[in-house]
Amino acid sequence: MTAEERKIRVLMAKPGLDGHDRGAKVVARSLCDAGMEVIYTGIRQTPEAIVRAAVQEDVDVIGLSILSGAHLEILPKIIIRLKELSAKEMVIVVGGIIPDEDVPQLKEIGVKEVFGPGTPTTRIAEFIKVEASASRRN
Amino acid sequence: MNNSKKEWQESSLYPALKKFPARREIFENSSGINVDPLYTPEDFPSFDYQSELGYPGEYPFTRGIQPAMYRGRFWTMRQYAGFASAEESNKRYRYLLEQGQTGLSIAFDLPTQIGYDSDHPLASGEVGKVGVAIDSLEDMEVLFRDIPLDKVSTSMTINSTAPVLLCMYIALARKQGVDTSVLEGTIQNDILKEYIARGTYIFPPAPSMRLITDIFAYCNTNLPRWNTISVSGYHIREAGSTAAQEVAFTLANGIAYVETAVKAGLDIDKFAGRISFFFDSHNDLFEEVAKFRAARRLWARIMKERFEAKDPRSMMLRFHTQTAGCTLTAQQPYNNIVRVAMQALAAVLGGTQSLHTNSFDEAYAIPSEEAVTIALRTQQMLAHESSVGDVVDPLGGSYYVESLTDALEQKASGYIERIDKIGGAVAAIEQGYQQREIQENSYKQQKAIDSSQTVVVGVNKFISSTAKISGLTRIDPEKETAQKKRLAAVRQNRDDERCKQALGNLSRIAQSQENTMPAILECVEAYASIGEICDVLRTVFGTQKEFLIF
Repeated sequence: MTAEERKIRVLMAKPGLDGHDRGAKVVARSLCDAGMEVIYTGIRQTPEAIVRAAVQEDVDVIGLSILSGAHLEILPKIIIRLKELSAKEMVIVVGGIIPDEDVPQLKEIGVKEVFGPGTPTTRIAEFIKVEASASRRN
Repeated sequence: MNNSKKEWQESSLYPALKKFPARREIFENSSGINVDPLYTPEDFPSFDYQSELGYPGEYPFTRGIQPAMYRGRFWTMRQYAGFASAEESNKRYRYLLEQGQTGLSIAFDLPTQIGYDSDHPLASGEVGKVGVAIDSLEDMEVLFRDIPLDKVSTSMTINSTAPVLLCMYIALARKQGVDTSVLEGTIQNDILKEYIARGTYIFPPAPSMRLITDIFAYCNTNLPRWNTISVSGYHIREAGSTAAQEVAFTLANGIAYVETAVKAGLDIDKFAGRISFFFDSHNDLFEEVAKFRAARRLWARIMKERFEAKDPRSMMLRFHTQTAGCTLTAQQPYNNIVRVAMQALAAVLGGTQSLHTNSFDEAYAIPSEEAVTIALRTQQMLAHESSVGDVVDPLGGSYYVESLTDALEQKASGYIERIDKIGGAVAAIEQGYQQREIQENSYKQQKAIDSSQTVVVGVNKFISSTAKISGLTRIDPEKETAQKKRLAAVRQNRDDERCKQALGNLSRIAQSQENTMPAILECVEAYASIGEICDVLRTVFGTQKEFLIF
């Protein structure tokens, strides 16, 4: 099977102590319905555990859901650790309660997109399909 | 003139619909109940007023738990708040008290809720984010500086660490010279919905249920005016359940708590009157009003028939309401003010005892002061301008609302029967039953929004560019450093020997059948930290993994 034919693999994770997992679960399921393979970690994951799971599962995409306001502390840790452990370019997308003014900072450190409340799940799936195939071609 | 609903349908309704078709083929509410175009007395062929409704303040309390309801006193306007540090929170609480507020509602940060000290690696980045950080009694002393505990009622949203926070409150009262018998307030203390929907559990269900029973027993003797639990449907609904599931899963959890306490030898009429509830108020106005009424009637019947409670207070479902956070939109955020007002109206028409109205900016951050003020003013307008509080249960007797109340009670009873068959709420949670039901429904709701079958104004219809809102609350990361420093100083200054002994004693008590509360109080008074106390309990009780992931 060529890389193009392999299903897009997504790790959906909830870092930090926040237990609001409705969004993460809904998005995970809609990505499954869109034909992707989704591994969902469950709540309360450390950056270390998320990165290890991403590397072990050899995913193309990491989806992170944060609603506690800890995104500026947690995301840099994940991205730095990911660079240490893997040479693979993974597409990182974030959802949850993220103030607009924090989005540029997140994109600067390597987050591909931030999906706020009200984003249709179909839009998230389309975005991931485009980005994941682009990064595979690279 | 038509003599029956059927005749009217044939001769008037259907011809009219033929000319102007209905907007939808089926009209159905969140609970999957089909809604007719019209309700009449014919929908109630054998309606018995006394047994179905009764009078307010009387069994089965469908119309309300007090005879006069809001004629005497309005519902308590209780806004949930907590700032990063104990100092800031204290300042806000004192300001609110000066403004005449008597009820405080404390939001704790996630490390405090899950029993980690602020210097624990897992607490990194979370300290003070969603509420105040409390590590030791010293933080509690700062939080309540110059607030006499005999003059306020304090609601604490705290669950797995409720025994620790309650002991800190008791220790503080003792320091202030306040007799614990006059302390008034509420702890959420509802662990089962944490497993189902909210996620701040630590221990497995059995020891968690034991801690809750310990609190029931301890408060019965020492804090008779304390609401020992707030059985919460709010988070279940926010996670995506229907209104009927919200009632059912909440009351099923309530049944589990009562059963556990009765099994431990507690007299039902001694603790059941201190049980309170907490519900969501969502968009469908009449469904929500009916939900509150159905919940009251169903709980009264459960307490009387299943548990044979004698005291009417044991049968009264007293509840707090919060408007539905999940309906707030980031798009056109000022629309949220109107949504909140309608949801608040439903709560008041449903007879709530207290109410939190959400702020319009909560799809972005924890609320700004301006947004919180508008939310509070919304309640004040409802109370003082709309006159809705002048008559008890004003929608009682509406053919529609009574029909919905019956239907919701029936649907909820069906779910409770299913849970009973599985072996009760705890067994059902362990199998992931409630979690799966909620997941299914939340996915269904999202699909309906994605396809615009469900309209969300400003999100999938009537879209316009979103006005940027300013003045969002930001938490200074320096607060985490300051909090860690204070914790280090507490560890430095306390009597370590006394602290170690108290923790050792707690370990011994936790392994026995004795009530854990006095031992936890001893630890708290020795300035043991919340993390240290919970570590002792983690060692004895073990920790719980997520029951159903996906």
